[in-house]
Amino acid sequence: MSSPLLELRDVTRTYRAPGTAFGRKRLHALRGVTVTVGEGESVALVGESGCGKSTLARIAVRLESAETGEVVVDGVSRRDLSRGQLRHGTTEIQLVPQDAGAALDPRMTIAGSVGEPLAIHRRGTKAEREARVLDLLDEVGLDRSLADRFPHQLSGGQRQRVVIARALALEPKLLIADEPVSALDVSVRAQVLNLLREIRERRSLALLVISHDLAVVRTISERIDVMYLGRIVESGPTAAVIEQPAHPYTAALVAAFPDPDPTTRERRAAPEGEVPSPVDLPLGCAFAGRCPRAQDDCRVTDPVLVGDGERRVACLHPLV
Amino acid sequence: MAADTVLAIEGLALNARIRRATAQPVADAHVEVRAGEIVGLVGESGSGKTLTALSALRLLPDNIEIAAGRVEVGGQDVRALDEAGLAALRGSVAGMVFQDPIGSLNPSLTIGRQVAEVVRIHQHADRAAADARAVEALGLVGFPHARERFDAYPHQLSGGLRQRVMIAMAIANEPRLVIADEPTTALDVTVQAQILELLQSLVAELGIGVLLITHDLGVIANAADRVTVMYGGRTVEQCSTLEAFRDMRHPYTEALVASAPTLEGSEDTVLRGIPGAPPDPTRPEPGCPFAPRCLRALAGCVVAPPAFTTIGDGRALACINPVSAVARV
Repeated sequence: MSSPLLELRDVTRTYRAPGTAFGRKRLHALRGVTVTVGEGESVALVGESGCGKSTLARIAVRLESAETGEVVVDGVSRRDLSRGQLRHGTTEIQLVPQDAGAALDPRMTIAGSVGEPLAIHRRGTKAEREARVLDLLDEVGLDRSLADRFPHQLSGGQRQRVVIARALALEPKLLIADEPVSALDVSVRAQVLNLLREIRERRSLALLVISHDLAVVRTISERIDVMYLGRIVESGPTAAVIEQPAHPYTAALVAAFPDPDPTTRERRAAPEGEVPSPVDLPLGCAFAGRCPRAQDDCRVTDPVLVGDGERRVACLHPLV
Repeated sequence: MAADTVLAIEGLALNARIRRATAQPVADAHVEVRAGEIVGLVGESGSGKTLTALSALRLLPDNIEIAAGRVEVGGQDVRALDEAGLAALRGSVAGMVFQDPIGSLNPSLTIGRQVAEVVRIHQHADRAAADARAVEALGLVGFPHARERFDAYPHQLSGGLRQRVMIAMAIANEPRLVIADEPTTALDVTVQAQILELLQSLVAELGIGVLLITHDLGVIANAADRVTVMYGGRTVEQCSTLEAFRDMRHPYTEALVASAPTLEGSEDTVLRGIPGAPPDPTRPEPGCPFAPRCLRALAGCVVAPPAFTTIGDGRALACINPVSAVARV
């Protein structure tokens, strides 16, 4: 088997906890996370705010570095690369940022923003780059006449298309999309999700979608990793995980999903409490305090991710 | 107007001054909330839903004024109220819950003090009575150990608990109407479900009416009894929640429901969005605001906006070529 496109092996990352002097307390953003994305594969990382999913994305595109663990791209660990090689290597993985409005330079034209990565990496002549930018606008369904406009003259959906075009400029093999549609209105959301799927098919692109929204994930990903407080707690094929969750946290996420069907109101029961602070983590399983199935051993033993083949779960008393 | 109507907005139009230009962010809004029900006010950004709700308490920004229409809260004509009348209205007759509790709570006052202050100002209660009522209100919204945590500051609480404090402030004076503007948007899904359950139980126990403003159809499906759909500054459809999802008449409602993501889809389903973008309120078109994006648009749709007309018991619609019940089956 060829090596996966991106592999994060047992990655940890902590930060100084806000409000504590001299970094005595650490905020544990990632606590030993392993994620792999194969060539052309579409994977989703799901979790609530503060679970560490955006930190993971930033590490994957080298905006941050892992404290321990390894980041392996195309079978080569980043640790073994020189600075020049690293610079080249990162073009294979591109990030579509969460907030397109904030990510685009307000004083740069759309063509300038989309073409900037090409200019930085000195791809082609100026004329070639300009032609390439227009092709990219076509690909994401933006009218070429928008090339000379500025971000504030575009709608939210159009700006999202611009950052996607920009991420595609260097012909990456993997696109990491951090909450690609959460800032958009419902009617525009579907357009952008459909676009991401078209691009993926046309380019045989791998996609890592980071989202808190199970419905978004369901429509775009083959495989899903569920995160809770810096850990992957469940992993498997999207349909199987959503239809038959093994981890009680996944089950809670599915139950809490606000399904737009007024006839299914009765079956939902919201889980108790809220996500604990990633600064003072409880001993044992991090979800135990909110878990309806928690037993005494859950408060002592922190479960590891185990399983056979495609489905894995980190739970002492799984549902499946 | 029925006797138990707590909020009635009819034909509301708002004028806005933006630098030297003028715009009409709301052109023809209609909302009705009765006691003991949750009405979902749904629409995309820029549809005018928040401004319509703010009009009910005359909390509009300085550059926006009510140009036309009837606005009644608890039977009082809000447009005719003076400052004293408005002060009594906001707080005692109607309470408001905002999207962002951390931006709406005073960071330097304890939460107990903030809830008690609402009681003291509106009921002219003494401090002990106000404190007692504050503890009671916090208890009603499911705030755990309200008495012990009376002196907690907002930053010490989680997002879900802060939103409970906001709701406690809104209901502390036993209002007849609570307006909740995207109360769960900033919260995680598991906490969102808890807050929606709380709103439903408050309606059942206290008999208040709730206007729930949201862009999220999932929230509407789970919590609202009736739905008011706004688009481009106009109410386009008013009906029961079940009708909105299963038997809608306005093409925009239909398109909106079809775009809503569900857990039933698979990776092969092509999602149905709505082509085009919402209208720009500074450049109003003469006809129906949805016409440029509407698959059912007729020649007449771009000439004049359709009148908002009652089409049945509790149902009203603004469309000259509605989705027919027969054609949908």
